[in-house]
Amino acid sequence: MLQIIKGGLQTTVQDLGRYGYQKFGVITSGAMDPYAHRLANLLVGNDENAATFEVTLVGPTIQFERDMFIALCGGNLSPKIDGHAVDFWRPLAVKGGSTLSFGAPKAGCRCYLAVSGGISVPELMNSRSTYLRAEIGGFQGRSLKAGDRVEVNPTPAKQLASFDKALSKDTDWQVPAPRYSTAPVIRMMKGRHYELFDEESRKSAFTDFFTVSSNSDRMGYRLEGGALALEEPAELISEAVAFGSIQVPADGNPIVLLADRQTTGGYPKIGQIASVDLPLVSQLKPGDRLRFQEVTLQEAQRLWIEQEHRIQQLKISIQLKWEEWE
Amino acid sequence: MDYSFSPLGDHSIIIEIGQEISEEVQNQVRTISQLLEKKQPRWLLEIIPAFTTIAVFYTPTVASYATVEAELKELLQQPEEVAASETRTVEIPVCYGGEFGPDLEFVAEHNGLTPEEVIDIHTSGSYSVHMIGFAPGFPFIGGMSEKIAAPRRDSPRLRIPERTVGIAGKQTGVYPIETPGGWQLIGRTPIRLFRPDQEVPSLLRAGDKIIFKKITESEYYAWKEEDHAANH
Repeated sequence: MLQIIKGGLQTTVQDLGRYGYQKFGVITSGAMDPYAHRLANLLVGNDENAATFEVTLVGPTIQFERDMFIALCGGNLSPKIDGHAVDFWRPLAVKGGSTLSFGAPKAGCRCYLAVSGGISVPELMNSRSTYLRAEIGGFQGRSLKAGDRVEVNPTPAKQLASFDKALSKDTDWQVPAPRYSTAPVIRMMKGRHYELFDEESRKSAFTDFFTVSSNSDRMGYRLEGGALALEEPAELISEAVAFGSIQVPADGNPIVLLADRQTTGGYPKIGQIASVDLPLVSQLKPGDRLRFQEVTLQEAQRLWIEQEHRIQQLKISIQLKWEEWE
Repeated sequence: MDYSFSPLGDHSIIIEIGQEISEEVQNQVRTISQLLEKKQPRWLLEIIPAFTTIAVFYTPTVASYATVEAELKELLQQPEEVAASETRTVEIPVCYGGEFGPDLEFVAEHNGLTPEEVIDIHTSGSYSVHMIGFAPGFPFIGGMSEKIAAPRRDSPRLRIPERTVGIAGKQTGVYPIETPGGWQLIGRTPIRLFRPDQEVPSLLRAGDKIIFKKITESEYYAWKEEDHAANH
């Protein structure tokens, strides 16, 4: 059991998303930074789709009621256990009764907390992700607040047997973290409506800096700058959008669609972020800047496949580390 | 039929079936959607059918864009394998006006009608569901009479209760969940359009015919979902 002492700004239960129901208008939800979510799970021996807490900017305070392993991946929100700073991107043995808290955000804005066994909430439409707008899924369909008690699946006995050893042993290994930045260059493919934009806009899309506005959330980031415009007005027929679609409403400020995006949209899509770079975008805070660099579809798919191979390799090396502890 | 294909990022492909909304295009969208769901290609994640397009989401580690496009082209050669699905007619009971439909008067005045006339026109229309999107279980409905068209509100309401029936421009719709929005609200239905606890979480699906039926406030409060299920 996890006792929530403070809820934090927006702490929600997420997995890799709710797929198969978008045709009914049900959004995918899921981790904004799927890479960090997956790694956090793998580090504690979970399936990569197990439910985690997505912690946003101002973290929660959580007390662990029994011994378990945890991992913190994603943005550096200065995590502490019983007041002592702890590392992230590695497994940590946490004793029952200890308390996890967070401090100032040092890099990125979302951190994933995975616990061995996984967070136990009911599955709804094949997923444990929180669907905030519909108030369903996750933990009671909402962000955590003080006083909540969240169930955790039991840690496998074999893993728990190595708890004392893990606690005493110097474990300075970490998995490599993505290069989160406050001014990243993000790889973007031309979107379905790229050619409908005027020449200047087609150019600025790949040269200008865009600033993340304060009007940004899990649904999408509004970007300022560029003032992108169509060559001539066009009435488009609504169609599907995807994680990382960049659509441009009439005011010319692009919107990057993220985990809580609607299933369909009617604005022209100037671009589509390469999936491998989505974590870098999801970790941006209002005021951060980004620039887009063109990538072809073939290259984006090659990068994705490469990343998947790397994750498989990491999975194996994590398993080997666990065996050393046993 | 000529279809065109284009990527929607590195995990999906859009099949464009036509350039304009028509019944023929809509039927094609439904047939191809059914075909894909029946065949379940090994790379398929899910589909999002819309007015004139179907987005097909796939796993790039299983198949590249080129492979998916080639296999889709082959698959679409045999649409006749799917029997045209039966058209369902779904009745949606609506309690018009009052606290459920605070904008009924506005819609009437805007069109030089009485509220009763607006209700008569709204309940006598022949409607069909073009697609589900925007919100869970939200139907884009075609077929509303222009006689009761009304512009969106200048400033959107922050909270529109779930199951509210509204008009925006030439469209009518039902909000499945509480949402902010600028629609003119004319009534509310006692039935849920979004049912997350059920295997098919949307009451409606593309292609359905809809009948709006006027009910009284006491019928609204007495309504039980089971009654509705038994009727259909």
